[in-house]
Amino acid sequence: MVEAINNCLKQEMDLDKNIVVLGEDVGVDGGVFRVTEGLYEKFGKQRIIDTPLSESGIIGTAIGMATMGIRPVAEIQFQGFEYNAYHQIVQHAARLRNRTRGQFTVPMIVRLPCSGGIRALEHHGESLESIYLHIPGLKVVYPSCPYDAKGLLAAALKDEDTVLYFEPKRLYRAFREEVPEERYEVEIGKAKILREGTDITLISWGAMTFVSKDAIEEASKQNISVEHIDLRTLAPCDWDTIIKSVNKTGRAIIVHEASKTMGFGAEIATRIMENSFLSLEAPVKRVTGWDIQIPYPKLEDYYFPNKERILKEIIKTVNF
Amino acid sequence: MPIERVFQGTIDHLQILDKDGNVDTNLEPKLPNELLDKMYRLMVLGRLWDKKCIALQRTGRMYTYPPLEGQEAVTVGATLALGNEDWFIPSYRESFGYYIRGLPLDIINLGWMGVEEGLKLDKKAKSFPYAIPIGTQHTHATGVAYALKLKGERSAVLVCGGDGSTSEGDFHDALNFAGVFQVPCVFLIVNNQWAISVPRKSQTKSETIAQKALGYGFKAIQVDGNDILAVYNTVKEALENARSGSGPFLIEAVTYRIGAHTTADDPKKYRSEEEVNFWRDRDPIKRLKVYLAKKGVWNEDYEAKVNAEAVKIIDDAVQKAETYKQEPKNMFNFLYAKMTKDLENQMKECFEA
Repeated sequence: MVEAINNCLKQEMDLDKNIVVLGEDVGVDGGVFRVTEGLYEKFGKQRIIDTPLSESGIIGTAIGMATMGIRPVAEIQFQGFEYNAYHQIVQHAARLRNRTRGQFTVPMIVRLPCSGGIRALEHHGESLESIYLHIPGLKVVYPSCPYDAKGLLAAALKDEDTVLYFEPKRLYRAFREEVPEERYEVEIGKAKILREGTDITLISWGAMTFVSKDAIEEASKQNISVEHIDLRTLAPCDWDTIIKSVNKTGRAIIVHEASKTMGFGAEIATRIMENSFLSLEAPVKRVTGWDIQIPYPKLEDYYFPNKERILKEIIKTVNF
Repeated sequence: MPIERVFQGTIDHLQILDKDGNVDTNLEPKLPNELLDKMYRLMVLGRLWDKKCIALQRTGRMYTYPPLEGQEAVTVGATLALGNEDWFIPSYRESFGYYIRGLPLDIINLGWMGVEEGLKLDKKAKSFPYAIPIGTQHTHATGVAYALKLKGERSAVLVCGGDGSTSEGDFHDALNFAGVFQVPCVFLIVNNQWAISVPRKSQTKSETIAQKALGYGFKAIQVDGNDILAVYNTVKEALENARSGSGPFLIEAVTYRIGAHTTADDPKKYRSEEEVNFWRDRDPIKRLKVYLAKKGVWNEDYEAKVNAEAVKIIDDAVQKAETYKQEPKNMFNFLYAKMTKDLENQMKECFEA
């Protein structure tokens, strides 16, 4: 996934001279995850900007740039440090279009390496999508594979709104996948049905899509047919695909790494209830991180939904 | 040598026109009478408009409004010093500056009358919508200035913030980024002595606000903010230097907020009448009036004419703003470049009832 993002940035920056990358260590160092490797050498320090160490400074500056027709790709080194810039995203990036009735807009991308599973330090493993999904005016994309990572980023770089681009760190190097060299886009706002099924719909995104695949494979061996939806974009969410699927299967399970209470699973479950109530054969189930701070590396694995937990809940829901 | 001085900095204070309107002939910028006349007309218009806004608020025709009285020399002097290609990024107390940038006064009224279209600012005026959160605009200014530099444009940014805004992290982020990137950005700190009820001395232990720039590697000056000649000249020169590639600069304009922070507070609760009177004696309009009288521009007839003209502009703008027809659906229309399906449904639901 690291290579897919890197490849996309190189390709798009070649085509669009207005794209700049800014953040901490994105230049000479190529980013702490090597996502921006080689960009500094190729595009120079005016476009690949090593900034002083301040998240609010990065996002505030990027907002100013974006209003002027520059297209900034701002990197927050770890999502857990983004709180310092949260006010800029919420109070300005998300609002400028509306509060100026379309005169000032903020087409920028905020790259947020997120979620756990890489045995990192405290504050380096958060899954914070919910705090952005609650904010009108933002788009949130969350790829789960290298192909989507490239295509969603390419689409985000053409989008006219602020796009928060979540990068599940666990998937940076988890598996390899052939990605087309030529330019392509994955449409923002469109979920993908990874696998068709008839007994239950499983909805996931990011690293949990990867984990859920194993559970779904195991379920199929037990003759349970799971329809797997990878959301890809969380805002705007592709409700039609979810509702259509649940109307067909009559059951739904949502898997996310973020903690349970007020997680996006709550919103999805409610939408299903509002729109598919008469189709439901069982209560909608959530398999999520616990309502605790994500533990340090030693206990981290207790936190994540895993194959066993997901499979157990699939079986319980199907047999309800 | 075991000890050597590795940094030394000083801050100058500039005043050209003293509180009684006497000019320092060595510093006098010799501005053409037409410009001085324009300055005076705009300051009078600003003050009368301000009074009108407060009156409108008191009678329920305007919502919360942040008064300008006492600070007219800063708003007028600074915006007149801007070039057409420069960008103006004000705080909410400089909203009158939009008029000087070529936007209609009725649009400004709309903003304070609770209508979002009041910030639908024509981009040709190169003026940002004011930020309501404190100090957040400083970092935007750094970004705008970076963009100008990247595009190779010969223009600069003027960003305004109050003394209170210098306590916010964003102010320091912006100065730091601007210094490191050497962008064409002029920070104008309008030190009006009060951030709602907290005095300047409780905001920072620094002797001046200007000296904060030295910590970020660039120069600054303190000016008498009630002296429009000092404000105008300093801003103009700073912008020209910025355009020429000399990097950022900070100007601390020392002035006073004669009125309340907004129409929602009562300043009598936190400051004395003597203090206000001390500053009334340093009124920015009065001293320009004396200067203009000595030049033979100002007389009683002129004053009457300027006032009558201002009243007409204000009345027209109020009338226009009050008859503005707002489109309620616009509250849904501008969240995204293209409305989401979900919002379409919510909009329908909202207006069905």
